[in-house]
Amino acid sequence: MLTVNLAIIIPFLAATLVPVLHKKISRIHIGWFVFIVSAALFAFLVRYIPRIASGETFLYTLKWIPSYHINFTTYMDGLSLIFALLITGIGALVTIYSIYYLSSNENLSHFYTYLLLFMGAMLGVVFSDNMMVLYVFWELTSISSFLLIAFWYHRKRSREGAQKSLLITVTGGIAMLVGFVMLYVMSGTMSVREVIATVSTYSEHSLFIPAMVLILLGAFTKSAQFPFHIWLPTAMEAPTPVSAYLHSATMVKAGIYLVARFTPVFGGEMTWFWMVTGVGLFTLFWGSFNAIRQTDLKALLAYSTISQLGMIMSMFGMSSAALVNGYSVDSVIFTQAAFAALFHLVNHSTFKGALFMVVGIVDHELGTRDIRRLGGLATLMPITFTIAIIGSFSMAGLPPFNGFLSKEMFFQVAVNISEFNFASDTWSTLIPVVAWVASILTFVYCMIFVFKTFLGSYQEEKLEHPAHEAPYGMLFSPMILGALVVLIFFFPNVLGDYLLRPAMSSIFPTIAENEDLGVHVIPWHGFNMPLKMTIGVILLGILLFISLRYWKGIYKMFPEKWSFNTLYGNILEQLEATSNTVTNFYMTGHLRDYMVYIYSFFILAVGGMLVITNTLVFNIEGNASISSLEGIIALVMMIAAVTILFAKSRLTAILLNSVLGYGVAIFFVLFRAPDLALTQTVVETVSTVLFLAAYYFLPEWKKEDTRKRSKSVNLIISILVGVIFTVVALAVQNGKLFDSISSYYENSYELAGGRNIVNTILGDFRAFDTMLEVVVLLIAGLGVYTFIKLKARKEDASVEDK
Amino acid sequence: METLITILTGILVTVATYLILTRSVLKVILGTAILSHAAHLMIMTMGKGLKSGSVPVLVDGQETTFVDPLPQALILTSIVISFAVTAILLVLAYRTYRETGTDNLYELRGNKHE
Repeated sequence: MLTVNLAIIIPFLAATLVPVLHKKISRIHIGWFVFIVSAALFAFLVRYIPRIASGETFLYTLKWIPSYHINFTTYMDGLSLIFALLITGIGALVTIYSIYYLSSNENLSHFYTYLLLFMGAMLGVVFSDNMMVLYVFWELTSISSFLLIAFWYHRKRSREGAQKSLLITVTGGIAMLVGFVMLYVMSGTMSVREVIATVSTYSEHSLFIPAMVLILLGAFTKSAQFPFHIWLPTAMEAPTPVSAYLHSATMVKAGIYLVARFTPVFGGEMTWFWMVTGVGLFTLFWGSFNAIRQTDLKALLAYSTISQLGMIMSMFGMSSAALVNGYSVDSVIFTQAAFAALFHLVNHSTFKGALFMVVGIVDHELGTRDIRRLGGLATLMPITFTIAIIGSFSMAGLPPFNGFLSKEMFFQVAVNISEFNFASDTWSTLIPVVAWVASILTFVYCMIFVFKTFLGSYQEEKLEHPAHEAPYGMLFSPMILGALVVLIFFFPNVLGDYLLRPAMSSIFPTIAENEDLGVHVIPWHGFNMPLKMTIGVILLGILLFISLRYWKGIYKMFPEKWSFNTLYGNILEQLEATSNTVTNFYMTGHLRDYMVYIYSFFILAVGGMLVITNTLVFNIEGNASISSLEGIIALVMMIAAVTILFAKSRLTAILLNSVLGYGVAIFFVLFRAPDLALTQTVVETVSTVLFLAAYYFLPEWKKEDTRKRSKSVNLIISILVGVIFTVVALAVQNGKLFDSISSYYENSYELAGGRNIVNTILGDFRAFDTMLEVVVLLIAGLGVYTFIKLKARKEDASVEDK
Repeated sequence: METLITILTGILVTVATYLILTRSVLKVILGTAILSHAAHLMIMTMGKGLKSGSVPVLVDGQETTFVDPLPQALILTSIVISFAVTAILLVLAYRTYRETGTDNLYELRGNKHE
């Protein structure tokens, strides 16, 4: 029973089917097939809810590379189930929406293949128990996100956005991989569960904090936390269903999943608390602050997503306070933060998904999503307007929507941290203040979203199409999400008891043994601090929204040229320019230069080794005697070789080369190698003929205009190469480590039935080698024929020029 | 004898290296041809010992020692392959000259913006 593993694999299988089905069945929109896959997976996962809620977990292992501790192990508990339900549930809704959003002229089979690829990868991320497998799926989500952002790849901005998101998330992913490897070194296991179980044995290790920082880097880049948030707004070039699915509901929450998953490992560290809380809170503030200045509705939602992700992140950071001082009854209160985080995570997926779909509708029906051109759509698009109200009021934290509940809980946990004086005074009072200020800004941009788009005056002349309500198919998904927003407000504890409570015991396994970590969510707590804060947010928010144009000048203090975006652009440009310069510096296009590199390496590496290891052995003992004939031939060959260098004409050089060749043949005779001598003579004769033929066709040697300096460099290099070659050869001759294996072949008559030993080696012992050698000759012959006979056609030549 | 042959190959390698570093296509090809001569002689000296026995052919009823047959087999393969390489290079040079009108490697360098 590997059902969960199968759930991961099914989307990948379906992805391979999409192009085939799309080709075969053109009548039915291929999106329906994808919808069936994701809805079936959702239904399959829903069936696990009761058992997960009763505290069961499911572990399946498929052995993959056991010797390296790498197995395809899936682990389903409360935490992974929440994410998996979001992935498949929102996935199904987004697919319905996309069926109406994308016209059939688009490249649908690409789109849905990528979408299923993403779904499978994302399920893999949340279900994988093995860190290496998790990493692979993690990078796969980055890749599928890249492909989906660049879906309209003919647009330059799409390509740039895709590249930026890939560079940033993959860099973080690699940092995370290094962190995983460090964890493996410390704990000796790749399994996340075992890493968690054995944490106490290695938490003092010197790699513990570096591993933590690296893993957080992965989480922060993926979840678009400051300063890595810059990729998310540019990722909005993707089709809106993708933005709703990947870039608000699921993929960007992978980093949050990672933080939640590793809280039991690192949560006890103060550094973890400050990094996650600090980065989260600042991202919350920075995202909401920047959302207000946006004029593009999607960019506004992108910054709002950044901000909300920061909020969830900071809540997980605050929840780790429960682990810092070990288990005690007092520390349990801090775990509420994680509950609130999970709650808000689900809420955010519902209302932000709905809002993205609303923007998609506006963009699709009106042809623009620029706030300055929109207005007065409330009466023309009443259903869209209603959904927008529900979504953005929920985001602003107003009742009766689910965002109100989680926002109140957020205030509560922020106040808890400061009241229990967890950290130093100034910092812990700052936490609720930042949370509150950011919530006011959130309120303002939510109001901008609703009122600037749907109220005010309708200006048809600025739109590409006159406004009208969207088709029902397109409204279906946002309506479902909007209904969920309201339903969760009225029945929050269904969600809390069945999904969030089991997830809490995954995040705080040690505390969950003694305490029930579920929180009973109620809308009305009495007139307490969080409610006062909410009222303050509403009052100040309205005030700021009305006076928006008076204080908008503040954004001029943050011009584009000082932004991280520009920094990223500059770094990229510099990298490209520098690597271009460096490459052009050594890739000169001259054969000589490349040969010089090779020879220099040979001289430095081999010559250097000779000097360092001091293996300059030289010994003429045991040499065969030299007869006068042999001495003369050797001398002639030496002279001939050196004379080639001074040959004025090509003919001389070619003839001198033949002298060398025939000299070698004579040596073969003297060395008792008749076969070699014969072959060498024949080959040398044919080679000389070939050289002479080339002599006929090629021009006369001109005096080389090479500079003196490079000539002497050439000379030095060749002498050094020759000397090192000789020295190595002499050393090798004196250093025979074992006897020659040749005596084996002397039984050639019994073994191969031949008397000529050399021939039996070639034709029998190493026959395969000889056969392939013949193939090489054949290919060479074909090459010669082609070079001489075939001519490039005219049009081919023109293609190459491009 | 081995030492003498090794020094000879060293000189051949030096000459070949110098030729390979020049600009003329024909000289570079000559360089590779000389390099293979050097390699063949080199392999020969790496065997059991030059002239240490008779020709490696079995003759009935005669128990003799032979010279090392293995380097001979390797060299035989190598001669044929290096011939093929030389042939291909020469034809390549011929075709290049036909197409571009030059045999100077300096002028044959690739375009920068390709």
